[in-house]
Amino acid sequence: MNFEFTEEQLMIRDAARDFAQRELLPGVIERDEKAIYPTEQVKKLGELGFLGMLVGLDYDGGGMDTISYVLAMEEISKIDSSVSVIMSVNNSLVCWGVEKFGTEEQKQKYLKPMARGEKIGAFLLSEPEAGSDATSQRTTAVDMGDHYLLNGTKNWITSGKSASTYIVIAQTHPELKHRGINALIVEADSEGISVGPHENKMGMRASDTHSVMFNNVKVPKENLLGEEGFGFKFAMKSLEGGRIGIASQALGIASGAYELALKYAQERKTFGKEIINHQAIAFKLADMATEIEAARFFCLKAAWLKDQGKPYGHASAMAKLYAAETAMKVTTEAVQIHGGYGYVKEYHVERLMRDAKLTQIYEGTSEIQKIVISRGLVD
Amino acid sequence: MKILVCISNVPDTTTKVKFKEGDSLFDDSGVQWIINPWDELALTRAMELKEDAGNSVNEICVIHVGGASADATLRKALAIGADKAVRIDACPADAYHVAGQIAEYLKENPFEIIFSGIESSDYNGSSVGAMIAEFMDYPGISSVTSVNLDDDDIQVNRAIPGGKQVLKTETPFVAVVQKGIAMEPRIPSMRGIMMARKKPLEVKPAAELEVLTESIKFELPQEKGACKMIDSESAEQLVDLLKNEAKVL
Repeated sequence: MNFEFTEEQLMIRDAARDFAQRELLPGVIERDEKAIYPTEQVKKLGELGFLGMLVGLDYDGGGMDTISYVLAMEEISKIDSSVSVIMSVNNSLVCWGVEKFGTEEQKQKYLKPMARGEKIGAFLLSEPEAGSDATSQRTTAVDMGDHYLLNGTKNWITSGKSASTYIVIAQTHPELKHRGINALIVEADSEGISVGPHENKMGMRASDTHSVMFNNVKVPKENLLGEEGFGFKFAMKSLEGGRIGIASQALGIASGAYELALKYAQERKTFGKEIINHQAIAFKLADMATEIEAARFFCLKAAWLKDQGKPYGHASAMAKLYAAETAMKVTTEAVQIHGGYGYVKEYHVERLMRDAKLTQIYEGTSEIQKIVISRGLVD
Repeated sequence: MKILVCISNVPDTTTKVKFKEGDSLFDDSGVQWIINPWDELALTRAMELKEDAGNSVNEICVIHVGGASADATLRKALAIGADKAVRIDACPADAYHVAGQIAEYLKENPFEIIFSGIESSDYNGSSVGAMIAEFMDYPGISSVTSVNLDDDDIQVNRAIPGGKQVLKTETPFVAVVQKGIAMEPRIPSMRGIMMARKKPLEVKPAAELEVLTESIKFELPQEKGACKMIDSESAEQLVDLLKNEAKVL
């Protein structure tokens, strides 16, 4: 067992930290308040290779391991999780799926531009009636011989408007239930696609979350990912890795709030002494630090398993559950430590608290993670 | 054309400075090391010159005098874009010693342009670049804010109080660079970090050189006293404290 990071992993963490401080911190409050998509910031993130850091060098990615990805996600999420969610979806849902299951032609055509950060990917699974219950897909991809005809609506799509490449999960053979579901690569500018208005969210307001509607959209047969009927399994496997990304994001939100609270507690005085010297505050900080460290270990363990080629679905569900719950708890306490100042925007912690809430919901709610974990206990 | 960028390995600016062995040595336990900020800007400018297709710059080498603890810093320089790194394996005693080691390397490995940061953020000596120029009998230009190459026509701007001076020079020369030489340091890209592991980091034995000074003791600046708040209507009390306690009036 080795708790040391490699020189490269530390360099990636520092690069992500520098990027977050230099490029994301300025304007983060305004982008959140006005729900402004971070166009320039995402472009720079792509130029540095963060958007495709997990993709192999052969496909223009960074060729990094998942531990490096956890470290980078944590640092970026400390400052701006509207940006880190774009990075997470592109890396661990979209690029991963195409690299793992795509044909060579699909990788050349779709993976490379996404790995270079020139194009953004989106993962279209959720529907108005199919969120946690992902088997109830109503979007259909009817086999028309030389193409699929796509119809239906997808909800809560991160990068719904800014993405150029969609991975769409749709039902082709309803009689086969979840075994009839396919995963298709769909170009976002295809005829028949319309994008709904920007969702006015509580947190992560700068990321562009939209509904995407498909009306008789023709998708070439060669855009099928994996084999016929592999779509549901594909989605579940993608989410296993995606959970490491969102767990790391939750970890970053928690540690960002904790660092702000720790600094504030050393500066703010009440009753003649810094509030960190009041046991009520000191103990809060002790709990926060301990739980963040535990969340970090969960994330790194899941990442390590993935890097070793070992099963990681159970570990990533635990990481996502624990880190998300920790993020919610820690950010709430960070606001409490800041008192009234924590309730105003310029101190950042209220934003982090709003952002934390989403980590308990998307890419599998905390309750869904418990289902995954509990089923793993008896497998 | 080849550019050599001198790199100091300095403690992160947020480091809490402590000393050991009777305050005679800097306690580097737990210190996070970074590229000296002025050297990082120099490296950035060197990269810009190399990337400009109109220039004949084809190699950037970074050099450091120090122990193996600096290797991570040199790897970062390689990740940012330097082509190779050289570490002279010596315990840097003072500016004369460091400059002498770099000059010995230069005698065997000539470069057309040598960049050195105007100072290091730790010992603040501001001497290495000028000493290299003296050792090598090269032109040495201080307070450099820009270096532009146009074939053999080399234009160097340097800051002077209230303005700037424009100079022409020829290679080889030493530019002691300061703020303004580049906009901001570069963040290494993922690909750069991956490529860095394949780039050479040579470790050279130190030359036998005389050390002219010996560090005896370090002292931290006096801690600032507590801030006294004076009521806005008590101007007399403020004057009294400034006069009799602070003794600045």
